[in-house]
Amino acid sequence: MNNDYEKLSPEALRRIDREVAKYPADQTQSAVMAALVIAQDEKGWLPKETIAAVANYLGMAPMAAYEVASFYNMYDLHPVGKYKITVCTNLPCALSGGVHAADYVKTKLGIDFNETTADGKFTLKEGECMGACGDAPVMLVNNKRMCSFMLPDEIDKLLAECK
Amino acid sequence: MALIDTINPLLTTGWAKGDAGWSLKDYEARGGYKQLRRVLESRMSQDDLIAEVKKSVLRGRGGAGFPTGLKWSFMPKAAPVKYVVCNTDEGEPGTFKDRDLMRFDPHSVIEGMIIAGYAVGAKAGYNYIHGEIFEAYQRFEEALDQARAAGYLGDNILGSGFSFDLFAHHGWGAYICGEETGLLESIEGKKGQPRYKPPFPANFGLYGKPTTINNTETFAAIPFILGMGGEAYLNLGKPNNGGTKLFSVSGHVNRPGNFEVPMGTPFAKLLEMAGGMRGGRKLKAVIPGGSSAPVLPANVIMDCTMDYDSIAKAGSMLGSGAVIVMDETVCMVKALERLSYFYYEESCGQCTPCREGSGWLYRVVHRIEHGEGRPEDLDLLNRVTDNMMGKTICALADAAAFPVRSFIKHFQSEFEYHIENKKCLVDPEVQRMGSGFFKAGNV
Ligand SMILES: Cc1cc2nc3c(=O)[nH]c(=O)nc-3n(C[C@H](O)[C@H](O)[C@H](O)COP(=O)(O)O)c2cc1C
Ligand code: SF4
Ligand code: FES
Repeated sequence: MNNDYEKLSPEALRRIDREVAKYPADQTQSAVMAALVIAQDEKGWLPKETIAAVANYLGMAPMAAYEVASFYNMYDLHPVGKYKITVCTNLPCALSGGVHAADYVKTKLGIDFNETTADGKFTLKEGECMGACGDAPVMLVNNKRMCSFMLPDEIDKLLAECK
Repeated sequence: MALIDTINPLLTTGWAKGDAGWSLKDYEARGGYKQLRRVLESRMSQDDLIAEVKKSVLRGRGGAGFPTGLKWSFMPKAAPVKYVVCNTDEGEPGTFKDRDLMRFDPHSVIEGMIIAGYAVGAKAGYNYIHGEIFEAYQRFEEALDQARAAGYLGDNILGSGFSFDLFAHHGWGAYICGEETGLLESIEGKKGQPRYKPPFPANFGLYGKPTTINNTETFAAIPFILGMGGEAYLNLGKPNNGGTKLFSVSGHVNRPGNFEVPMGTPFAKLLEMAGGMRGGRKLKAVIPGGSSAPVLPANVIMDCTMDYDSIAKAGSMLGSGAVIVMDETVCMVKALERLSYFYYEESCGQCTPCREGSGWLYRVVHRIEHGEGRPEDLDLLNRVTDNMMGKTICALADAAAFPVRSFIKHFQSEFEYHIENKKCLVDPEVQRMGSGFFKAGNV
């Protein structure tokens, strides 16, 4: 398993190369954010070994990559469930039920923020403004899928959909 | 999809077809890339171009309202390598207009950025896109591919000899990267911690090179300004407040969404466009420019027009144009608690007044909300904000302080009630129903 974490797949490396090409030749470090996302997509989370592999590939110090991974909220430095659900509870969303939506998910799944269900399926996170407050309540599934207008029926549907 | 409604649509003309109108051929069909073509074919001088933007009195749409033409004129002429950077890190609570620009009209931002590159003499640009809006990032990447294939990006654009390329950089969850120098650090592959200023980005920006950084909506306005002329654009709004503006209206209205209106439109009109108050309830307060702007009570905002000067005169800021509407079901202490938690979480921690101060603010507001407030707490909160404002590297500390001061100033009796009675002035059941999450018979 450990060995797995230290290696990125050829497909992941190809995708990282495409990111590196966006920046001046002497600025490969600029691709570290994207590379860490690609690595997280592949491994499910970011173990230290994977962060080091990304750093080595980009020719930067592992500590510098680790600093980045720990600074930005959407990197998972610990294992998460198959579905990570992040609920926005900031004020604009809260006015339209953001906090209530989070409470509803907590009750349904029997977990609190930053917890994972016993079957390893769901992790719940509290998020900050996602720039979608007009669609409140909003949730993000696995960082990339935005779900809008999440009233009880929609939440039920979403949870049922997550197999 | 966010509902939209407009008076004098400019930026939102392309939004009518929603997700079906964003592509290159749609954009060209509505006159897109015509201004870039005109600039390049007529070999317009950089000075003339910047003068036209100055005439429009376009002010930066990212929050600070700095005149865009003036900002462009600060770029040193002689420097060999320069950059143009777009700030689509839209994380200011309440703001959701740049996401819709990315989704519904990404080419207007691309055209604006290329023209800006020409004006300041940059050959490359980056658009920094908020981490949470992956679909918008993908859409923008697709739009870039289209523009490149059509010859609007790359070497020797339209045979003019001018070369410019543009790339998207995806954020990954850090509000502070919306601050322009934190954003530049982030593109460089570092923690997004703001830099000391001066030097300003026009002298020392991305990779230490002169850099112009503007908000998404600012760039999107450029093709329209060149299309109608700076003066005509200015006249759409009011003096010193040129053009139209996107307002993101959220909270207790019937139709939350983005609305494009001329600068100087009465707040009451904007509220009406957003469908009025939800359930016909009474307006209590409005934050007119994103969560960092001071809150205004109902009677004050109802007399305002939506432009930089009117909102400033009323004691707040137009900011990013995020209008957060609160009705009588809101407990102002709880509302402030949510905001204070946000700033405490998002402080990057470099400056002691911000790092420690934002924690104090959150903890004290939290204890008032939870019935553990002390009579001296309101003074304490004001003192903590005194020690934060104007004493830090970036404006996040001020952004954390403004809500606290303004909530206490305008709703002091509600805070005092909370401290004395250890509970909300607004009945918890009324608060619960106010959000619209629970329908009768539900949950
Ligand atoms: C804490 C903080 C957060 C900010 N967030 C944003 C943002 O999300 N988007 C933005 O355009 N500007 C943001 N700004 C303002 C930028 O620093 C900068 O002024 C702006 O991008 C300049 O563009 P403009 O002149 O076109 O408005 C933020 C500023 C601060 C201090
Ligand atoms: S004011 Fe706050 S967010 Fe800004 S640089 Fe200082 S610590 Fe960081
Ligand atoms: S407050 Fe939730 S998306 Fe903006």
